Amino acid sequence: MDPNAQKQSIVTINQISKRFVKSLDLAGRIAQRFGADIREEIVYAVDKVSLEIQDGEVVGLVGESGCGKSTLGRVVAGVHEPSDGKVLFRGQEIDSLTGQDAQAAALKIQMIFQDPMSSLNPRMRVQDIIGEAPVVHGVVDSKDITNYVEEIMLRVGLDPSYARRYPHQFSGGQRQRIGIARALAVQPDFLVCDESVAALDVSIQAQVLNLFMRLREELNLTYLFISHDLGVVEHLSDRVVIMYLGRVVEIAPTSELFADPNHPYTQALLAEVPRLETRQRKFAPVKGEIPSPIDPPSGCHFHPRCPQASARCREEIPVLREIAQKRFSACHLNS
Amino acid sequence: MSFSDSPTLEVKDLKTYFFTKGGIARAVDGVSFSVGRGKVLGLVGESGSGKTVTGFSILGLVDEPGRIVSGEILYRGENLVSASMGRMRELRGLNISMIFQDPMMTLNPVLRIDTQMIEAIQAHEKISKDDARQRARDVLGQVGIASPDERLRAYPHQFSGGMRQRVAIAIALLNKPDLIVADEPTTALDVTIQGQILYEVQKLCSQTGTALIWITHDLSVVAGLADDICVMYAGRIVEQGSVNSVLDNPRHPYTHGLISSVPSRNRRGVPLAQIPGMAPSLLKLPKGCSFGPRCPQVTADCGIIPNISMLDKGRQLRCHNPLDALVSPKLKD
Ligand SMILES: Nc1ncnc2c1ncn2[C@@H]1O[C@H](COP(=O)(O)OP(=O)(O)OP(=O)(O)O)[C@@H](O)[C@H]1O
Ligand SMILES: Nc1ncnc2c1ncn2[C@@H]1O[C@H](COP(=O)(O)OP(=O)(O)OP(=O)(O)O)[C@@H](O)[C@H]1O
Ligand code: SF4
Ligand SMILES: [Mg+2]
Ligand SMILES: [Mg+2]
Repeated sequence: MDPNAQKQSIVTINQISKRFVKSLDLAGRIAQRFGADIREEIVYAVDKVSLEIQDGEVVGLVGESGCGKSTLGRVVAGVHEPSDGKVLFRGQEIDSLTGQDAQAAALKIQMIFQDPMSSLNPRMRVQDIIGEAPVVHGVVDSKDITNYVEEIMLRVGLDPSYARRYPHQFSGGQRQRIGIARALAVQPDFLVCDESVAALDVSIQAQVLNLFMRLREELNLTYLFISHDLGVVEHLSDRVVIMYLGRVVEIAPTSELFADPNHPYTQALLAEVPRLETRQRKFAPVKGEIPSPIDPPSGCHFHPRCPQASARCREEIPVLREIAQKRFSACHLNS
Repeated sequence: MSFSDSPTLEVKDLKTYFFTKGGIARAVDGVSFSVGRGKVLGLVGESGSGKTVTGFSILGLVDEPGRIVSGEILYRGENLVSASMGRMRELRGLNISMIFQDPMMTLNPVLRIDTQMIEAIQAHEKISKDDARQRARDVLGQVGIASPDERLRAYPHQFSGGMRQRVAIAIALLNKPDLIVADEPTTALDVTIQGQILYEVQKLCSQTGTALIWITHDLSVVAGLADDICVMYAGRIVEQGSVNSVLDNPRHPYTHGLISSVPSRNRRGVPLAQIPGMAPSLLKLPKGCSFGPRCPQVTADCGIIPNISMLDKGRQLRCHNPLDALVSPKLKD
């Protein structure tokens, strides 16, 4: 299997699946009350995903909107229970730990959410947002907390004199840093960053990306970096994982993936990446039909859009297999 | 250009201010640009620089405490600033449409998608329900919604975020309007679906002559799509011109900084260039050039607001110390 697996892996994702029975949200309940014929549906958000992440690595997670990236990230961070499968932290199953060990392991994996405004409590001061968890979990003594928060704010480039402000008094980029500071405060080893720069304009995005890279050096952090911006992923990641409709379709070291994509979906993605130097281009429509996670296609999920699909692709699910050193792809063309 | 040489839209010295408790926020402060038939204008700039408010002003959607205080918005020669509410309602959705940053501004959560789309068509056109449904179905397909027949019977909450965004785009395209203002319309979509939508939008521009204003912070999309580009900073356009001239040869230090911060292929892992500091609050703008405190080129002259200078080929600039015409940030590859 993966030759890297011998090296210390920090997180092992083992055959994780997550299904949602789509219960009705507010809009749905209102619509139902108005007589709408709405039923619950099962969404196959993540389907048997396995992945080993090495200590100190940055793994980019890319894929179509709705393909299950956030869901996988949340399962890894312990926000969601998986429907099937296990997540191991440094070789230990998190669920099997108890008491202090379980808590310690949970703290070591932190998640930075996509929208900083909705994940920060608007009625809490920044010093409490950052300082609450480390005191509660005994990471620092409560008498040292002011200094500790100051230190962390400096580390992420926030002026400590803003510690008594509320989240709405900050700009988008600064709020993102508050989210990062809160995650760092419990001294994690592993960060799941979900679209952490998507809402930022490029100049602030650059500030936050530089911060991530600096923290990686300083604190030896490992990242699972979820993004649909391939430019950002290429810039930051050591390895890239491509998902399509709940399944991993390709894993490769970043430079190899961008130089020589194997899976037809990856090829389609890279062909469409907008580049600053490409002017007045002719955009092309998606070929074939776009599938839905409520009623996923048989066989290879990509077959309705794949230019190279054969009869086998419609029937048999291609397995993710090693196609070269450190490279994996799930496509029948490889066998 | 076909039947008329005058641009579809001409905005002249537009000022839209918000009269808040904390003071006057000059969200749009003397903005001028024009878009011709079938042309695409990219509107880029820092968060909070006034892009959305510019779009809202064109559609007549600016609300209290905001108001257009001066300037002209000429749509085929008709000044929309003085148009009645009734006239604006007539134009909106038929001649001019907007794709909002948040798709739920377009969609009604309690109505089925078909109801909303058919209504949007029939509001402006005498057409049978079956024909309207047929058109709605076709347009949903164009924006990459799988099995449009079934999806038409769905409610907005049954769609993922990216799908809702696509339905909102579909509604804006329904009546093949003359002018579309698209506000960050594809930020939540992967590039293959984004490509599908840009393909449809391009087709509309070239076949119907639709003029398009594309608001975004993604410079790479603007590079591939737009003919001209306006760069906004703190309520003003600091640089405008053709996409090629501005992106290859930015003269304003802010434009230069923006382009340099885009992650680049051949500098993987190397820290990205960043513009120091943060965008100023509109209520506490620095004196003179608003970019001054963050500008590497700043001099004493910058204490006075720079006027617009006209360069060749329609290029415009607001800067006392423009960068050398030959200095350009290294483009990727
Ligand atoms: N709490 C939930 N209840 C029901 N369905 C859900 C829930 N969360 C996610 N889903 C569904 O699971 C699928 C995967 O969603 P997820 O948010 O993981 O996608 P994503 O890859 O992060 O997409 P995006 O790029 O748009 O953020 C989608 O079809 C979504 O509608
Ligand atoms: N209702 C309002 N009351 C007061 N100020 C407002 C109001 N609406 C917008 N503004 C201000 O006008 C300025 C311009 O806002 P606008 O939404 O146009 O920015 P933008 O360029 O679209 O930014 P973004 O990229 O974040 O969408 C902002 O500083 C904002 O605070
Ligand atoms: S398995 Fe078949 S359908 Fe799937 S990507 Fe490969 S060739 Fe295309
Ligand atoms: Mg997500
Ligand atoms: Mg906006």
